[in-house]
Amino acid sequence: MTYLLQQALNALQLGSIYALIALGYTMVYGILTMINFAHGDLFMVGAFLCFISVLLLKLSFVPTLLVSMLGTALLGVTIERLAYKPLRRAPRVSAIITALGVGLFLENFTLALSPYPKHIPSAIPNVTWIVGGVSISSLQIVVIALSLVLMVLLDLVVRRTMVGIGTSLGGVAGVLYGLAYPVIDPYMGIVVGWKAFISAVVGGIGNIRGAMIGGYILGAVEILVVVFLPSTYRDFVAFTMLLVLLVFRPYGILGKPAVQKV
Amino acid sequence: MKRAALIFCASVIGLFAAGCGEKSPSTIKVGLIAELTGDMPAVGESCKKAARLAVKEINDAGGLAKGDRRYKMELFIEDNAGKADQSASAAQKLITQQKVVAIIGPNATRYAIPASEIAESSRCLLITPWSTNPKTTLNAKTNAPKKYVFRACFTDPFQGRVLARFAMDRLKAKKAAVLYDVASDYNKGIAEFFKETFERNGGKVAAFETYTTNDRDFSAQLTKIKRAEPEVIFLPNYYSEVPLQIEQAKRLGLKVPFLGSDSWGSQELIKLCGRDCEGYYFSTHYAPDTAAPAALKFIRAFTASYGSMPDDVAALTYDSFGLLRQAIDEADKIDRTAVRNALARTQKYEGVTGDMQFKEGSSDPIKSAVILQIKDGKFVYYSDANP
Repeated sequence: MTYLLQQALNALQLGSIYALIALGYTMVYGILTMINFAHGDLFMVGAFLCFISVLLLKLSFVPTLLVSMLGTALLGVTIERLAYKPLRRAPRVSAIITALGVGLFLENFTLALSPYPKHIPSAIPNVTWIVGGVSISSLQIVVIALSLVLMVLLDLVVRRTMVGIGTSLGGVAGVLYGLAYPVIDPYMGIVVGWKAFISAVVGGIGNIRGAMIGGYILGAVEILVVVFLPSTYRDFVAFTMLLVLLVFRPYGILGKPAVQKV
Repeated sequence: MKRAALIFCASVIGLFAAGCGEKSPSTIKVGLIAELTGDMPAVGESCKKAARLAVKEINDAGGLAKGDRRYKMELFIEDNAGKADQSASAAQKLITQQKVVAIIGPNATRYAIPASEIAESSRCLLITPWSTNPKTTLNAKTNAPKKYVFRACFTDPFQGRVLARFAMDRLKAKKAAVLYDVASDYNKGIAEFFKETFERNGGKVAAFETYTTNDRDFSAQLTKIKRAEPEVIFLPNYYSEVPLQIEQAKRLGLKVPFLGSDSWGSQELIKLCGRDCEGYYFSTHYAPDTAAPAALKFIRAFTASYGSMPDDVAALTYDSFGLLRQAIDEADKIDRTAVRNALARTQKYEGVTGDMQFKEGSSDPIKSAVILQIKDGKFVYYSDANP
């Protein structure tokens, strides 16, 4: 029983991070109706801003979070102005290719500055409590609680969003991820970005609650596969399940069929 | 005139003319193929430095004696540019144009294999210093050992076995857990050999968990490992992933020792780990702080010549030349096959990376690995390890 509770906690932590990144995809989609494939790399930039703030500027957790949010928000707005806006009337494929290009630029720009993996020192006192046999760390609590608070706030307050808010969520996720998994490198955003994108699609792209649900579902499925099956099957089983779900609900769990303009 | 020049050339080439009993000075030619440019110039650089040092020492000591004659060793260095095809053409050139007795290198498996194919088919001795993959010295078709290809390092299966014994004998563990990258040959190979040896000797691998390259969250696997209550956790993974695995395990409250393979042996590991990796062990080729006289002499000479500590590639290259020198001493005459036969029967060679022995029927040396411990942010010699 404690084993399952521990795994549930693991799933909650992983799911929170997927959900936060998935929200970024969904919110940018809500405004621009395009998939911002550079979002995973914005998330990476968020983690590097966290590294700079904690190690070089010696900031504590809250200022670090603000620096990262502000940095990624500004970056998101700049990218939108420079790369996406000029293509608003271009075919959709052009916008997607541009987004991929922006992602590659961010990766290689970071690579040019620092090719080696970096270690982020802990900005939160690292304490582990044992509650009824389950290990709970201070980091886990911060990751899960902060994600939930942000999501509830967004859900209550935001009716019309801005690109900057979407990308700054990527920044928050970058900071939380960087603290939870403190070895970062310029390619860290690729796989996590894909997974969060899939979460957003499963939940229903463009739908805020859908992105949250999608993130938690993916986190839970990934952990559950390891609990009940050999860990080698993890990605294979997780993504097959998500594909099957999409067969039955092609617009995602909370998504609605888009009205095609003729 | 033309004829005189030909005779002159023939006596300079020397090696094969030597059998004729002429009194003219001649040399023993040895080729080196190193990764001087391309994706791993640091490896090639280390290899070249150690090779030059080894040859200089041999020649300063008066060269090599055979019968009543002495020969200097002459070194031909070829760059493979970090490419498989250039490794093969470098081997071709050394064998047919320079007519070397033996080739040392290349180091990385993906370059050592193509060069070794050329050496094998031309019946020219080749010793790779650093390639640990079993395939390097095996014939791809018959799976039998190649006749002319040898290595100076241990192999991946050996490393897996050695670490299993270390876990049982030194750490007194009866129950182990393994977490490894299933998408990488190196990690997978060592993990499987570790499990096999550990279980054959009466131990139990209670959790054998995998992930794929670039995963960052190991919480589910580590929670599973924690439930299995192992006494040691084996992580045969690269230095950029190991720190995350250890940190997450500690956060889950796992307090057992961790064990690693030679992929841990980078200073980057300590930078990324902070104090989290203190006290843990991994196997590698040699310990720079070891007190063995052969190693001390080499480390001093290398540091004096180049102003930096030799890494494992340098130590293994130096040992490859040592093995070759001993084989030439023991061979009844100096030609490729005679030297190869002498090497294949090497009873004992006292090297920088430990004592080595070769037995006919295998191209891999019988040697021990060293176990290093991480102490105060440094790699410190802990023990030798034998299968």
